[in-house]
Amino acid sequence: MKKLLLTTALCAGVATGAVAQEDPIRVGILHSLSGTMAISETTLRDVMLMLIEQQNEEGGVLGRPLEAVVVDPASDWPRFAELARELIEGEGVAAVFGCWTSVSRKSVLPVFEELNSILFYPVQYEGQESQRNVFYTGAAPNQQAIPAVDYLLENGVERFYLAGTDYVYPRTTNQILEAYLMAQGVAAEDIIINYTPFGHSDWQTIVSEIRDFGSTGRPAAVVSTINGDANVPFYNELAAQGISAEDIPVIAFSVGEEELAGIDTGPLVGHLAAWNYFMSVDTDENLDFIDAWHAYIGDDSRVTNDPMEAHYIGFNMWVEAVEAAGTTDADAVIDAMIGVAVPNLTGGISSMGANHHITKPVLIGEIQDDGQFDVVWETPGLVLGDEWSDFVEDSAPLIADWRAPLSCGNFNTETGTCGGSEMAQ
Amino acid sequence: MLLRPYLRLLALCLAMLTPLAASAQTLDELVARLPDGSYDDRAAVVAEIAATGDPRALAVLEALLEGELEQRNSDGRIVIVGGTRRAPTGTDALTGEELGELGRRATERIRVNNSLRRTIRTAMGVMTLRDPDPARRLAAAEAALRSPAVEQLDALDAAMQAEELDYIREAQTLAHAATILASDADTETKIEAVGVIAGAPALTVQSTLNAYRAAEDPALAEAVADAIDAAERRQALWGQAQNLWFGLSLGSVLLLAAIGLAITFGVMGVINLAHGELVMLGAYTTFVVQETIRTHAPEYFGWSLAIAVPLAFLFVGAVGVAIERGIVRHLYGRPLETLLATWGVSLILQQAVRSVFGPTNREVGTPDWMSGAFQLGEMTVTWPRVAIVVFSLTVFFGLLLTMRYSAMGLQMRAVTQNRAMAANLGIRTGRVDALTFGLGAGIAGLAGVALSQIDNVSPNLGQGYIIDSFLVVVFGGVGNLWGTLAAAMSLGVANKFLEPWAGAVLGKILILIFIILFIQKRPRGLFPQRGRAAEG
Repeated sequence: MKKLLLTTALCAGVATGAVAQEDPIRVGILHSLSGTMAISETTLRDVMLMLIEQQNEEGGVLGRPLEAVVVDPASDWPRFAELARELIEGEGVAAVFGCWTSVSRKSVLPVFEELNSILFYPVQYEGQESQRNVFYTGAAPNQQAIPAVDYLLENGVERFYLAGTDYVYPRTTNQILEAYLMAQGVAAEDIIINYTPFGHSDWQTIVSEIRDFGSTGRPAAVVSTINGDANVPFYNELAAQGISAEDIPVIAFSVGEEELAGIDTGPLVGHLAAWNYFMSVDTDENLDFIDAWHAYIGDDSRVTNDPMEAHYIGFNMWVEAVEAAGTTDADAVIDAMIGVAVPNLTGGISSMGANHHITKPVLIGEIQDDGQFDVVWETPGLVLGDEWSDFVEDSAPLIADWRAPLSCGNFNTETGTCGGSEMAQ
Repeated sequence: MLLRPYLRLLALCLAMLTPLAASAQTLDELVARLPDGSYDDRAAVVAEIAATGDPRALAVLEALLEGELEQRNSDGRIVIVGGTRRAPTGTDALTGEELGELGRRATERIRVNNSLRRTIRTAMGVMTLRDPDPARRLAAAEAALRSPAVEQLDALDAAMQAEELDYIREAQTLAHAATILASDADTETKIEAVGVIAGAPALTVQSTLNAYRAAEDPALAEAVADAIDAAERRQALWGQAQNLWFGLSLGSVLLLAAIGLAITFGVMGVINLAHGELVMLGAYTTFVVQETIRTHAPEYFGWSLAIAVPLAFLFVGAVGVAIERGIVRHLYGRPLETLLATWGVSLILQQAVRSVFGPTNREVGTPDWMSGAFQLGEMTVTWPRVAIVVFSLTVFFGLLLTMRYSAMGLQMRAVTQNRAMAANLGIRTGRVDALTFGLGAGIAGLAGVALSQIDNVSPNLGQGYIIDSFLVVVFGGVGNLWGTLAAAMSLGVANKFLEPWAGAVLGKILILIFIILFIQKRPRGLFPQRGRAAEG
């Protein structure tokens, strides 16, 4: 295991005088650098290293420099748990930024609970969870999926084809969406849910099904929770069969700038994605962030995306909370985190809620021919992540509030009891 | 009292004059208003622009649709932007005046979204029904079919009369019929129109007629229901043909991925887990070729795949020879060690590519001649799939002929059947082993060129195909090329017939269960090798 550990001290260049004398605060980065998830997670490792370098240039935290500890869980879920333990116990990190898939997060949860440390999780996920040691900086379903179908309903779409990869995030999201659409008066026969295996590459049948589904004369749309690599052949097949966004738009929750980098987006113009951040957003914070990213990575053609912004927000929140608590002690920082507010990259101020989720704007963007998104709609204000969906029967009465005296991740407002941790699993 | 007729006359004159006067000044005004307001405001302006009847309006709308209409920041002038992204050039949208290079970020694009694009297309359709350009006339007719507007009825009529090209007149006739249905014509005319639409492709019939299913007139409702039923029956029938075609094209992909393995595993008996990564290297070769062409000779982009094919074969073949000489040859007869060693090689290749090209997907373009689709009866056939079917069959028969009729093929078969005897006859068995492995690897490289057109080019590309490739080779019968062909095609077709009713996930599971049972019953696959070679 030691071999995999790659410890990087980034403060060397700037650490002079007082800063250098203090012990560094160690920050863990738990993202896959090899295996199937490397495609998405490597970028997050890089952005964390950049943020830590920037913080050190500004004098570190509590007058101490930060030191990144990078490990490679290699897209292997049990390895995530092993390395999380290694980071907390072996390396003594104050907080960990990491994970991408829900299954990797679920695998490290017990470790963070047992060793009482802090995890920042930067990816949009299915919700139905709130854990004391985790801060969820990605979108919950109400910050992405629900506003997205609202936008479609507003635009007169009457039929919905929910296409997803067969795992926990699409299944839970589609369950919530189905309940929500039914509540909005969409008939059951106008909703089709279809699942495909990971890495599905032959989309001929499904795309022709979608074309038939959209040819009833009533406006139809595809809501896609298709994950990762499967998107490229899916969009290629859409383009090949001549389905344009004007006929049947596809709105995706897992397709961002990074995923589009591998496709010729000419035929995809007008297809949609819902995120809390787009690289094309025109704010000073965002332009500064993009410039810093390009300078750090040394490549002007690299894009930025939503989970990168989530880490940006999460990292700045952690810095604020540590400064406020005056210590890196996990209990003190966890308490100090709630209510911390930092600027996000889209021109607003995101704050951490008592349920360990954050407030974010929801943006709907249309794909442009240069691989960027053009924002066509956004929520008027910021939306707080809703951990327990109101549209799923079992979770509707549940709330999470980690402030004393409640301090509970799944408080049942009907029975007035804290539901026990098994619900959170 | 006396003034009244004069006033009336004056009013009439004004009424006649206003539209002319309005169009003369307002196109400029309207275009200037385009950048402001919401998408809905812009849609209203687009409709007004179309209504001016100004001949310059078409170019403005076309540029807006393509996202080429921009506003210059310095003076608010609306320009049509051309040239390259790095050095954009502009022409004034209204006067056509050349403005030369604009400089980056000097202009702000006027944004369009999906519903606005639809509005623009409809508006342009009204203007271009009788355009000299046939492509525009066709697009206009299709737009009129998609959103039939009663005001357009006469214009469609006139366009149909004047049209000389049959395929455009057909589209216009359909649009005309759809417009009649939307109008307040009498039932008889409408039923006639339903008859016209019933002859169109099934999907058009459904999308056009579904709205009239609940028509008040029972005769009309019945005619509509009949037409839709007939279309559905036709579609169900063609659906089977479509499944068959999808199956064959999936089968060709499997065949391409597996055929190299049929040599290394089937003929040589080497369990090569790095096979998928060899396919991936072929795809990256295509990427490198395309990048080189893009930067040095963009005019030859259409040839990029043709250039990539021999290069991928040679490069990946060379990698194969290196793997065989460096690793595999020390492990002959030790299948478990070979399996582990080649698995290690696959990880090394993956991470090497990840380090050199980065972990993200790389864009491999499709040459123009290979994109698009055509309609065959009720099914859509896409050109990339046709190309892959043809390519994979070409590779298959090329390989078959090489193995059977070339001297090298003869030596390969001799060495794999009886190594000692072949060596005694003067065949340099080591060299033949290396070349055979190289041939299998080279063919994997060819598969990579083809797969780069339908799948994403990333370091993980190969992993998706390795299991399927082994399934195909084992199911077809190890050592038998015809078996590989039959297995690939039958698995592809079975998969595509299962998918519509079982779903992609369950379909895949069912196929796996079937193969497990089949291998239990017939361990040597569909076409077992016979004779002495099979025993050795």
